Amino acid sequence: MAALHISNVRKAYGATEILKDINIDVTDGDFLVLVGPSGCGKSTLLSLIAGLDTISGGEIRIDNDRVNDLHPSERDIAMVFQSYALYPNMTVGQNISFGLEMRKVPKADREKSVADAAKLLQIEHLMKRRPGQLSGGQRQRVAMGRALVRDPKIFLFDEPLSNLDAKLRVDMRTEIKKLHQRLGATIVYVTHDQIEAMTLATRIAVMKGGVIQQFGTPAEIYSTPANTFVATFMGSPSMNLIPATLSARNDTLVLTMGEGSAAISLDLPAQPAAVARYVGKKVIAGLRPEAIGVESARVPGAVREVAVKVLVMEPTGPDTLAALEMGGVEVAARLGADMPHSPGEHCTLQVDLSKLVLFDAQTEERIA
Amino acid sequence: MLKKGWDSPQMVMGKHNYVSRGVIYGLLAIFAVVYLVPLAVMMLTSFKPLSEVYSGNILALPRAWTLEPWFKAWGEACVGLDCSGVKGFFWNSTRMVVSAVAISTFLGALNGYVLTKWRFKGDNILFGLVLFGCFIPFQIVLIPMATFLGKIGLAQSITGLVFVHVVYGLCFTTLYFRNFYMAFPDELVKAAMIDGARFFRIFLRILLPCSGAIITVTVIWQFTNIWNDFLFGASFTTGSTAPITVALNNIVNTSTGVREYNVQMAAAVITALPTLLVYVIGGRYFVRGMMAGSVKG
Amino acid sequence: MHITHRTAHASTQGTVDESHLDDKRRSSLRNRFERVLPKLVLSPTLITTMIFVYGFIVWTTFLSFTRSRAFANLHWAGLLQYGRVWEHPRWHVAVVNLGIYASLYVVLCMAIGLGLAILLDQRIRAEGGLRAIFLYPMAISFIVTGTAWKWILNPGLGLSKLFHDWGWTSFRFDWIIDSRMAIYTVVIAAVWQASGFVMAMFLAGLRGIDQDMVKAASIDGARMPAVYRRIIIPQLRPAFISAFVILVHLAVKSYELVVALTGAGPGYSTELPSTFMYSFTFTRNELGMGAASAVMMLCTVAAIMVPYLYSELRPRSGSGSH
Repeated sequence: MAALHISNVRKAYGATEILKDINIDVTDGDFLVLVGPSGCGKSTLLSLIAGLDTISGGEIRIDNDRVNDLHPSERDIAMVFQSYALYPNMTVGQNISFGLEMRKVPKADREKSVADAAKLLQIEHLMKRRPGQLSGGQRQRVAMGRALVRDPKIFLFDEPLSNLDAKLRVDMRTEIKKLHQRLGATIVYVTHDQIEAMTLATRIAVMKGGVIQQFGTPAEIYSTPANTFVATFMGSPSMNLIPATLSARNDTLVLTMGEGSAAISLDLPAQPAAVARYVGKKVIAGLRPEAIGVESARVPGAVREVAVKVLVMEPTGPDTLAALEMGGVEVAARLGADMPHSPGEHCTLQVDLSKLVLFDAQTEERIA
Repeated sequence: MLKKGWDSPQMVMGKHNYVSRGVIYGLLAIFAVVYLVPLAVMMLTSFKPLSEVYSGNILALPRAWTLEPWFKAWGEACVGLDCSGVKGFFWNSTRMVVSAVAISTFLGALNGYVLTKWRFKGDNILFGLVLFGCFIPFQIVLIPMATFLGKIGLAQSITGLVFVHVVYGLCFTTLYFRNFYMAFPDELVKAAMIDGARFFRIFLRILLPCSGAIITVTVIWQFTNIWNDFLFGASFTTGSTAPITVALNNIVNTSTGVREYNVQMAAAVITALPTLLVYVIGGRYFVRGMMAGSVKG
Repeated sequence: MHITHRTAHASTQGTVDESHLDDKRRSSLRNRFERVLPKLVLSPTLITTMIFVYGFIVWTTFLSFTRSRAFANLHWAGLLQYGRVWEHPRWHVAVVNLGIYASLYVVLCMAIGLGLAILLDQRIRAEGGLRAIFLYPMAISFIVTGTAWKWILNPGLGLSKLFHDWGWTSFRFDWIIDSRMAIYTVVIAAVWQASGFVMAMFLAGLRGIDQDMVKAASIDGARMPAVYRRIIIPQLRPAFISAFVILVHLAVKSYELVVALTGAGPGYSTELPSTFMYSFTFTRNELGMGAASAVMMLCTVAAIMVPYLYSELRPRSGSGSH
């Protein structure tokens, strides 16, 4: 278990900058998830941490040791690959013990460690098989066993669940979370799936274009996204971004959401001081689908009634996803499972403004 | 190689009748016979006593089957001034082939490994330079090589011949292994690096054990080409160090008295036997070798 | 989980620090060595290629511009040797023969190879066996091929005798001793040897063609010959090109077959540049002329190979399996 410090790290291939000035500090026992769309640089960053690629600038420290120039095998890390990367010519047992063998661990100790890891991951019955004879989920476990047995300072995961089918993915996700809780290990995990990020992480780094868009806890990322990209990337269905303008009436701030004559004006509850500077300007109002059509709000006095027209109702079982026309624009809402609305219907719904997030219309960054 | 569920264009189009099938099989049968005739003629002639060779015709079955030509070819035929048959030259070829194939295959494997898993700037150009060597007509290197071998004291020796075959075989073996290892997942190499394996360990413990197929293809290809070579053998050896192809040519083309065609054919079959055997046993790998060397990528 | 091998990583002062530093120094040395290792491993091959391929090409080319006869003579002679080669009647015969031989070789191999491939593609029952029969000639040495065909084409005892014995008494086949026709015997033997290989290439190409295209054509009302001519064969372009390149290359290199089959005879009527080069270098002690002929052979091959290799090795846009 160790702390990880990434300071001012850059990576360039020739003239192309893949990573620009990355700064991340992870404490012992953290589960850091690097999440973002394809090409954002998350896998590259993971390679740099592992030592599989060279850093163009900056420094990476594991537990205060600078590791920039160390070979991957000298960094005391272990990695689980997307394709599992199990050695096809070795049995499961040999796969798991290979790393220990390379480090000249005595045979008896090796066998004990391998047996312990196999027990933990429930793969004891597979030890004599070859990777080709295993299912996807089993291979995943073997790959994790190979990493576990090394007892490294940091575990690295590179999209380990991408090749599994949906149900297996959910099961393995829980397994990984349980392992983390049990071992208290420091983990860096790369994924493009924001649900994995939200459920597994203690810290999330949302990346785009080689830059960290936001670094924080899942709760922070979810309820106070730093910009519209983070807002729409995390959460499914995505946060509704509604063009709006701010005005003032007496001491109250008024938000006019939507377009044209159908725009809706709502009195806002108390807002931070920064918001007041945007009076008279255009903003982007962010409302998550679950904030529309609520029964009550946790913050009293934050609920407002809005008139909407129902466009589409999609029952999912536990709830209903609805496409609504609100203030002249189309928004997504997450309603209760038994809402008796039908397409084309005009009705009134409650909106929880305590969950409202405001963004600057030009910079797309959060105001409040 | 027949794909499951593969339909010929004829079948796809529904034009599949007995007449056309008959024509197809007929044509194929005729061609098959034509292709087999030379082998048949060689075999038949080699089992005939000389009188029958002259009195009968090339496709006539021997009336008095005899192994005499074979014994003569093996132990008594005259190659130049030495009349002890091809057996010595058979062993020359064997020794030469085994060493040359082993060395060129191993080096080719290492080269392919480096070129695919340890990339560096300009490695594609270097590969291209090596690859070009496969395509030169070897006449262009005969004179300098003869001089070179003479200068280092390897002229007229089997070791010299092994050296030549290794040098000019490296381009093929490198090509085969490089193409094969390109398809080998890079993540396996990365996982091994993280596990603590370094350059040679990764090669010996991870890549080589998975290389059975390409090693077979390469060995078969190299074996066939080196055993069948004549140009290098004729240019760089004489007399007792020559490979069997050179010996065969000597037997056939030196005319002293009555031509013993049956002995010549027996010697020819002996010369062809090893590669034919390899072909029969490893045929599918043989085809893969030919395709890999010829088709791109 | 209890891992027994883990030693304490605590950074204590004093001697532990010093050995830690030694470790670091050793590891950075090792890392630097490992960075050089790949190039080190590649270097023997690279060096031998540079010397024994390119260096030797340069040497032979240089020789071709000197006055060398029986021994290397380093006096510059300009194009003297080339002139002597081109003036020599045997070279004329060799070049003409190469033209005839190469064209017939390529055309016949491609035609027969394509024909056999199309026939074999029709879901034949004995396909594996038939393929093995057509391909086995490639497995045997050119010397054996030449020897066998020399016997088959023997004017008195070969094919002629066979047909006489079978009743066709007026049959004569003495091309092999006929100085005008002997080159065609070389073509026959060479085509027998290589057409199976071309067939294998085309067969692989045919197997890669999308069946749906043929179905669409049939729905469009096309008949079999048209389907082959307009749809299937054009798709075989890569196979055609590869086959062409390899066949031309083999034709220029053809030495062993001629030696075994005709010995470049009768006289020198089946002389080819390759036999010319060999005899002038090793038997007639004319190193300069031999070198010049070798250089010209190289140029012919290079004219075909270099553009082909270049187009195969450069990075492609779109699908790139490199």
